[in-house]
Amino acid sequence: MSERPSSGSNSSATPSSASASIGRARTVREVVFVDGVRTPFGRAGEKGIYAGTRADDLVVKCIRELMRRNPSLPADRIDEVAIAATTQTGDQGLTIGRTAALLAGLPRTVPGFAIDRMCAGAMTAVTTTASGIGFGAYDVVIAGGVEHMGNHPMGAGADPNPRFMSERIVDPAALNMGNTAENLHDRFPAITKDRADAYAVASQDKLAAAYAKDQIQPDLVPVATMKPGQGWTVNTVDEPPRPGTSVEDLAALRTPFRAHGRVTAGNAAGLNDGATAALLASADAAEELGLPVKMRLVSYAFAGVEPEVMGIGPVPATEKALKNAGLGIEDIGLFEINEAFAVQVLSFLDHFGIADDDPRVNRYGGAIAVGHPLASSGVRLMNQLARQFEEDPTVRFGMTTMCIGLGMGATVIWENPNHADYGTEYTTNKTGAAA
Amino acid sequence: MSAADFHKLAELFPNETVTHSYVQDIQLPAVNGTSPGTFALVTLDNGLDHSKPTTLGPNTLMELGTVLEGLKERAARGEIAGVGVTGKPYFLVAGADLSTVKSVSGREQGLWMAQLGHDVYSTLANLGVPSFAFINGLALGGGLEIALQSTYRTVSTAAGALALPESFIGLIPGWGGVYILPRLIGPENALKVMIENPLSNNRTLTGPQAFKLGVADAMFEPADFVEQSVAWAAQVIAGAVTPERANAVDPADPGVAARWAGAIAAGRTFVAAKTSNASPAPAKVLEVMEANRTLTQAQSAELECETLADLMQTDEFRSTVYAFLDLVQRRSKRPAGAPDRKLARPVTRIGVVGAGLMASQLALLFARQLKVPVVMTDIDQARVDKGVGYVHAEVDKLLQKGRISPDAANRTRALVTGSVSKEAFADADFVIEAVFEELNVKKQVFKEVEAIVSPECILATNTSSLSVTAMAEDLEHPERLVGFHFFNPVAVMPLLEIVRAPKTDDAVLATAFELAKGLKKSAVLVKDAPAFVVNRLLLRLMGEVTAAFDEGTPADVADNALRPMGLPMTPFVLGAMVGLPVAQHVQESLHTAFGDRFPVSQNLQKLIDNGVKSIWDPASVTAGKPVIPAETLALMSFGDSPSTAEEVLRRTQDALAEEIGLMLDEGVVAGPEDIDLCMILGAGWPMFLGGITPYLDRVGASQRVTGRKFLAPGVASEPAG
Repeated sequence: MSERPSSGSNSSATPSSASASIGRARTVREVVFVDGVRTPFGRAGEKGIYAGTRADDLVVKCIRELMRRNPSLPADRIDEVAIAATTQTGDQGLTIGRTAALLAGLPRTVPGFAIDRMCAGAMTAVTTTASGIGFGAYDVVIAGGVEHMGNHPMGAGADPNPRFMSERIVDPAALNMGNTAENLHDRFPAITKDRADAYAVASQDKLAAAYAKDQIQPDLVPVATMKPGQGWTVNTVDEPPRPGTSVEDLAALRTPFRAHGRVTAGNAAGLNDGATAALLASADAAEELGLPVKMRLVSYAFAGVEPEVMGIGPVPATEKALKNAGLGIEDIGLFEINEAFAVQVLSFLDHFGIADDDPRVNRYGGAIAVGHPLASSGVRLMNQLARQFEEDPTVRFGMTTMCIGLGMGATVIWENPNHADYGTEYTTNKTGAAA
Repeated sequence: MSAADFHKLAELFPNETVTHSYVQDIQLPAVNGTSPGTFALVTLDNGLDHSKPTTLGPNTLMELGTVLEGLKERAARGEIAGVGVTGKPYFLVAGADLSTVKSVSGREQGLWMAQLGHDVYSTLANLGVPSFAFINGLALGGGLEIALQSTYRTVSTAAGALALPESFIGLIPGWGGVYILPRLIGPENALKVMIENPLSNNRTLTGPQAFKLGVADAMFEPADFVEQSVAWAAQVIAGAVTPERANAVDPADPGVAARWAGAIAAGRTFVAAKTSNASPAPAKVLEVMEANRTLTQAQSAELECETLADLMQTDEFRSTVYAFLDLVQRRSKRPAGAPDRKLARPVTRIGVVGAGLMASQLALLFARQLKVPVVMTDIDQARVDKGVGYVHAEVDKLLQKGRISPDAANRTRALVTGSVSKEAFADADFVIEAVFEELNVKKQVFKEVEAIVSPECILATNTSSLSVTAMAEDLEHPERLVGFHFFNPVAVMPLLEIVRAPKTDDAVLATAFELAKGLKKSAVLVKDAPAFVVNRLLLRLMGEVTAAFDEGTPADVADNALRPMGLPMTPFVLGAMVGLPVAQHVQESLHTAFGDRFPVSQNLQKLIDNGVKSIWDPASVTAGKPVIPAETLALMSFGDSPSTAEEVLRRTQDALAEEIGLMLDEGVVAGPEDIDLCMILGAGWPMFLGGITPYLDRVGASQRVTGRKFLAPGVASEPAG
């Protein structure tokens, strides 16, 4: 299944052998998402479950779990380990993709690198290595991300260029994510604090329901930690969720970024520790090695927006990714959108005319409940979309999308292998699209 | 009884560094869709970093016992499905707190200590739910017995130092190890762990070795050892996994009974060969294991406690703790009298004068350990080539054995070069001579070297018996000369005697100590005195035995008279190994210095003159039945005043006590502890002698000869009062 017929504009660009000017003919190869796991997420800080635990160790647990879950994959067939981290110093430094590969016990012949696109780090690790698979540079890769925000507080050690301010390239306030969320509320007055709080409560409720249905636990890697005076324990569930949160609870929270503002700790993702990792392969390699296919990569796109309203980033990124795929928003049956802030999700939903409580969106809840260890979150979205694909074969296309600090958005569109039409040509439901 | 009943004992040790028992409840992962329940994981942690191992003292055991009793109650209430025990990083637990055990006074307290351990461990073994030990790292003695007393065990592939070293220490694995281990891994394997390894330089097992023997049921890698161990425990508790124990035996089985007896017999032979039965502990291990084949675990426990209480009262045990903890582990790392290490100068290039066997061994050691260029010189190219060739061949051997990588082999070979000109020493920081043992030769060598090297270059001599002071006399810079006395074989023997001559300056001495550390040798500072410490005592000992032989004592009586000391080899065998001419040469220089305390044997001289290399026929020694060839016997003449073995032993004890008394009076070393350290590390004398001074104290020799004991009460003997 290396070549997939489709009407997508460039989902299967195949130069004919005659047009391949140098060497052999080159075929863009299909990329599949084989498997993904993550650590339980923790609350950053002294009391959090990962206080005293190293970030690289969290990545190592994920890589080893992927290898255990996919025993048919010989470790020496892994061609790359791309691990994202926003702060690449200390236990997240030293080219963490390579160090994590070595620490995980992968063969020394397996290379690795570190990658950074702030919150979309893991997502970029996936798209970058997927492109390498498509190009033929890799057969199998591990892509993931980590952020130990307890060990690396946001922005620590950063040294913004004074020109940002002197030349007004970026409003200094835009370097603080909470401020950009308040700015987004300013831009879209229809998104009130009440709406944001209601969305946040729903996120908590959906996550609690997903936990009750055992939809989250299967993709968690247990992590043993030891703290002074407490001994070893094994962490198997997320620490950030606050199930049972009510809108009344949230209404009482202070608005730290602006007096009488709208953004609170309750309608935003917290500061968290955690790691994720996914296994991607060319469709051919997956078949050869007997690896399962959970999703097929259809298209992806990144887009820049004004840094002052970075939360709107998913909108242009999604439009671009849809265009690349030859799809319309109507074709997307499931959305996994990162909830850095409720306002940012709501601005996306409003733009595309989707209801706040649309059942296609974040079925298992989102980062407001589960947490957002910056560079790790992209793969969490993919893990959850993959599981929802499996649960719901009626959905053919799904989307993972997120906003990114300094004004960007990232979107990846995936196809469900469980869908009846998987592997066949598709047409879009998009009004007026050239099918 | 309950752990709390032992508070009388615990209160005696208010300063114990307590290893705490922290408990965490863990929800076991689902097996076939259902979690088998809650798992209580106990972590043994003293809150200190990895340089401070966790140990088991009375307060620690009381806390662990109390915690386990609480878990037993929870198990009875159905709250927990299993209990795990693991340790802080790198340690399960290092075993009984030896400094505590050593200072237990009186048999009753020792018995309490033994009983406390059994009380706690039997709670672990009878919780009402399965117990699991996760052996994450080092587990010695009582530490490993925690694991053995658990229902199941996992071990980390990275765990090092798993052992039951009690027979080496002077005790028995008497917290159940001696009962459980032979049943778990078979009697032969059990004796490998309880007897052979401890008595072979206190060897230990790695995680994979322990797993292979059957000590552990499952093995996991360190990166997620605790997680995987907990997941495995869940499988076991749920009944999804049943560990197979291929080496486990049922002692009631007649075939096993025969194996048991055979293993015990083989163990006795091994112990006799290794220790001449000079220490009571190994025999007790065999005795208790032999008895417990037909005992219940409770009956064995009682026997173990009584035996431990007895052994804790022995001076062999106290001497071993002194030798092992106070000397080898502590004093050897902080040599008495060494100057401030900040005075040490960097050494980046080394010269070795001579290219003979000793010089070549030194060149190899310097190149391998210090990784700096080493140049060897000798008087002609053939000798130089032979020396360098020796080093290259040794490197090749290491490479073939897989001990070093090809890159390291290339590096080491490239570091060692040779020259026929001492000009090659021009930029050396440290030049050591290993030429013929003749004062004038050495003085000439240093004169030539001094003309070439910088004024700061340190000069060292590997002399074993010449005066370093005399060697320094004509030097332009006598303060730069230091004695650097290695023991043969250089790569193996851990001792280095660093000799300070009257003019040796502190920077030179500090550099010598730093070099020793870089060479991974334990250095002892000695004053320039004939033959320093080890050779002086060895030759005093050999001199006594040879004199008794020359006087008419039968050879086997003379040569075996010191068996009760448990030395690594008999005096005649040692003499042959050192080489009779070398021994005689040193003896002569000692005779010159000290007179008749070091008699020069005319019989030995005749053997040397006739090219005889050994009193015993070497083949007969190997065969275990030493005989003197008739032609050797014919060369010698004997007196008519034979001694009994007891007399030879006593005169040797007295001679050693006299010599040590004089050495301490002369200030050859800082104290009797350094004498002991030298004999343990340089001559391989056993720890149960405490080196030598605790032995001479306990047999009364020091009192007889010097009118005083060398060590204060309690240092290596029962505390006073």
